[in-house]
Amino acid sequence: MEVTTQIPGSQQMEKIQRHFFSDMSVMLGRSMRHIFRSMDTIITVTIMPIAMMLLFVYVFGGAIHTGTANYVNYLLPGILLMAIASGISYTAYRLFNDVQKGIMERFRSMPIASSSLLWGHVLTSLVSSALSLVVIILVALIMGFRSSAGILSWLAVIGILALFTLSLTWVAVIPGLTAKSTDGATAFSYPLIFLPFISSAFVPTKSMPLVVRVFAENQPVTSIVNSIRALLAGQPVSNDIWVALAWCVGILLVAYFFAMRAYRKRV
Amino acid sequence: MQNTAIMVKDLKKSYKKLDVLKGVNLSVEQGSIFALLGSNGAGKTTLIKILTTLLKQDGGTATVNGFDVASKPANVRQSFSLTGQFAAVDENLTGRENLIMIARLRHLKQPHQIADDLLTRFSLTDAANRRASTYSGGMRRRLDLAMSLVGQPPILFLDEPTTGLDPEARIEVWNVVKELADGGITVFLTTQYLDEAEHLADHIAILHEGKIIANGTLAELKKLFPPAEVEYVEKQPTLEEIFLTIVGKKEEK
Repeated sequence: MEVTTQIPGSQQMEKIQRHFFSDMSVMLGRSMRHIFRSMDTIITVTIMPIAMMLLFVYVFGGAIHTGTANYVNYLLPGILLMAIASGISYTAYRLFNDVQKGIMERFRSMPIASSSLLWGHVLTSLVSSALSLVVIILVALIMGFRSSAGILSWLAVIGILALFTLSLTWVAVIPGLTAKSTDGATAFSYPLIFLPFISSAFVPTKSMPLVVRVFAENQPVTSIVNSIRALLAGQPVSNDIWVALAWCVGILLVAYFFAMRAYRKRV
Repeated sequence: MQNTAIMVKDLKKSYKKLDVLKGVNLSVEQGSIFALLGSNGAGKTTLIKILTTLLKQDGGTATVNGFDVASKPANVRQSFSLTGQFAAVDENLTGRENLIMIARLRHLKQPHQIADDLLTRFSLTDAANRRASTYSGGMRRRLDLAMSLVGQPPILFLDEPTTGLDPEARIEVWNVVKELADGGITVFLTTQYLDEAEHLADHIAILHEGKIIANGTLAELKKLFPPAEVEYVEKQPTLEEIFLTIVGKKEEK
């Protein structure tokens, strides 16, 4: 870590931008503390998808015909995306709180790399998502989830999930900065949580009426779910993975642009 | 020539069609307490936001610690601390953690030492390891001020520092502010309480409808009015005095 002298007027002030990483790690440490001090956020984000998984496997599962023997294997990718979508609403919530409580103002008036503020929240979202996903996968293992995927396939799965989390987190930054109320800051995530239902996450899209099917097959969740499912099953991935990556990167770029714009406007 | 900490010339700012600042001029001497007085919506917060680089002005110039706020925002940020209208403390962190966080963000050596010193100075040592969410309003404000003093910035902006505080906490904040100014820090504060300005400030400016309509020391402002006539009235205690007498010495330390 670099140390600047506190003599005003010194030439060292231009070093501010170089502190990006140390500033960001302070910010990351701060919001990780928030998470570990209110475990309810991780619990909520973890419990809901697990409940869904239990419901679909043990209640509806018997009546759903996916053409695969192991429905837990079929279901897991969609459940993971659901967990990510519900997790990022807490990023919006934490950011909203920072803005409301005036902490954002304090940080922004300080000589720190201003983008480190947002990146701290974004990294926190990645770490907390990872924690929830690990718990969910452990539960899935108990329920009979098995994967023949090798290390490389797992790395690819982790990469896609991380990229998806990153994209949605930047989406979450926008309401976090611009919302007028707590409800407004978090409400955006509900449609995201439900997107997996109208996708190949729970049932094959072939069983859907035409209009719904067209939507389901062309929305991001389907291509992401299909890619992860293929990777975990040790099967060759189709073009889906490129479609999935294009969606994630596209959402990321657009969301990042609008998030930074909202951030610069926000006072 | 007196050293000038803050210099504002013909500063203008409008939000869409609403003109909030219509050409504000003022200067603040180094080491003084300057109070900007005005009712709600007079533009006090807007002025502070421009001076603290959170907002860009539409016209005019402002310099803080010799640096232009528009062209040298990084240098300006190095020169001051802002204590906003709400006590901007992280409620999920303890008092000590809050101070250490700010010290790290200011890239100071020995953040723990700095935190401990400030906790002692602001009588927060006993509460240092409790989360700030458990603090009373006065303690929260003290922590807020302590956070602003990390790294000893030469200029301190206080936006309505006592709004929402009970009378005891208010006097406590006043004492801290006076102490700081005695230590050589320049304090720029906004307030809507007349007695606060009268009590604290070396220099008072009144902001009304986007313009400074009066500016001077308390004595100078008093001269604007006809000399006081001597009248004998029975001195009634104010409610504040009664309150403070009954409540007595504060227990929270």
